[in-house]
Amino acid sequence: MTSISRIVAAGLTVAVVTGAAFAASHLDPIVAAGITARQSHMKLYQHNIAVLGAMAQGNIDYDADAAAAAAGNLAALSTLNQSTYWPLGSDSASVEGTRALPAIWENGDDVMAKAAALAEAAAALNAVAGSGLAEMQAALGPVGQACGACHQTYRKRDDG
Amino acid sequence: MLKRLRQLNRLILAGLVLAALGLWLTRPQPLAPDALDGLAGDPLAGAAVFAAAGCASCHMAPGVVRGDDPVLAGGRRFASPFGTFIAPNISSDPEAGIGGWSDIDLASAIMRGVSPTGEHLYPAFPYNAYLLAEMQDVANLIAYLRSLPADATPSQPHEVGFPFNIRLALGGWKLLFGTRGWTLDGALGPQERRGRYLVEALGHCAECHTPRNRLGGLERGLWLAGAPNPAGEGRIPNITPGGLDWSEAQIVAYLQTGFTPDFDSAGGEMVDVIANMRRLPEQDLAAIAAYLKLVPPVVTAAAEPSAGN
Repeated sequence: MTSISRIVAAGLTVAVVTGAAFAASHLDPIVAAGITARQSHMKLYQHNIAVLGAMAQGNIDYDADAAAAAAGNLAALSTLNQSTYWPLGSDSASVEGTRALPAIWENGDDVMAKAAALAEAAAALNAVAGSGLAEMQAALGPVGQACGACHQTYRKRDDG
Repeated sequence: MLKRLRQLNRLILAGLVLAALGLWLTRPQPLAPDALDGLAGDPLAGAAVFAAAGCASCHMAPGVVRGDDPVLAGGRRFASPFGTFIAPNISSDPEAGIGGWSDIDLASAIMRGVSPTGEHLYPAFPYNAYLLAEMQDVANLIAYLRSLPADATPSQPHEVGFPFNIRLALGGWKLLFGTRGWTLDGALGPQERRGRYLVEALGHCAECHTPRNRLGGLERGLWLAGAPNPAGEGRIPNITPGGLDWSEAQIVAYLQTGFTPDFDSAGGEMVDVIANMRRLPEQDLAAIAAYLKLVPPVVTAAAEPSAGN
């Protein structure tokens, strides 16, 4: 190895090592914002499903207006464009603080199909949520299954 | 010199006797040929056994969502410290599946882990739980399996390296770690007994929720106390009362809908489990919940608060 190439190699090594260290300690702001956005979005699903679920399980009385409002929110949430929520490099193998598995970015078509299935189930729930407890209960099941279909493959197991 | 030879002979003889004894003790032991005699299988009742036993979760093709008549084409991969097991085709196809097996062949595979050719099966197949099943339930299950669609996809060989690829050794595993009876013993009421049957026998919950020793035997002293995920990251949760503080009604709701008490949704393997569980009558789910409340509580270190998506 010539001395010049040795210097170049050393320089590259330093660059790579410091780059990796930088990546580990400073989250890219776009990545951080995407993770915050999608986790907030999931919280909103959870909040509205909790209203319907509490009625479905008999923990609170069925209220047609409240049920219709929550189902309307779910339907709206499920159709929002999330493209900026999922920047490259924001998967659980690249950064801390997320359970979004890299498979999401490898199987874009399947993820979109599952998102469409959720939107469909949420629209069906929205159509009946205000019409009665039994109708709402029956339509909530497929929404839960749509949540699970995605979490089955694309959400990292937690440490529980 | 002659004396030495005689000693050597005696040693060899003793070794052979020991080896023969070992082979005899660890031999594949199928059910008695008449074990199913007098039992007629009811496919309708078998559908409930099939759901409770979770057969579809492993034996459907990868990525397939559970429908009413699942195609059990096999092909799902199960990584473990011993290698990767690939679920076989158990559809009714006479060549690729179990269509050509007799009822007693099937029952011996399910309850004894012995193949129709008399080989030990790997305990990735939970015969170690199913051996506690009632013979009538197994007869019903077999009748139901025969009613499901055929699929010609060939089964793939397991990807298991030396020494775990020696099936003969599985007899030793069975001898050491085989289920001898109920883990939760004592005086139980009818609902709790039903729950125990569903959890310990058909549901084989302990296969994932109980930790294993280095040879893959269940640590029965830590029954359902949670375990590392054999396929990689994360843990399978502790579902003893020391780890799960949900009410019985909340456990039933989770098994029916996949929603936790705070309306997060189930993920991972539990999604397939719930696709089976919600097909069971509510009183069966209530029995499971009642049983889980009786399991000795094991307190594990509190998990880190989990990050969201």
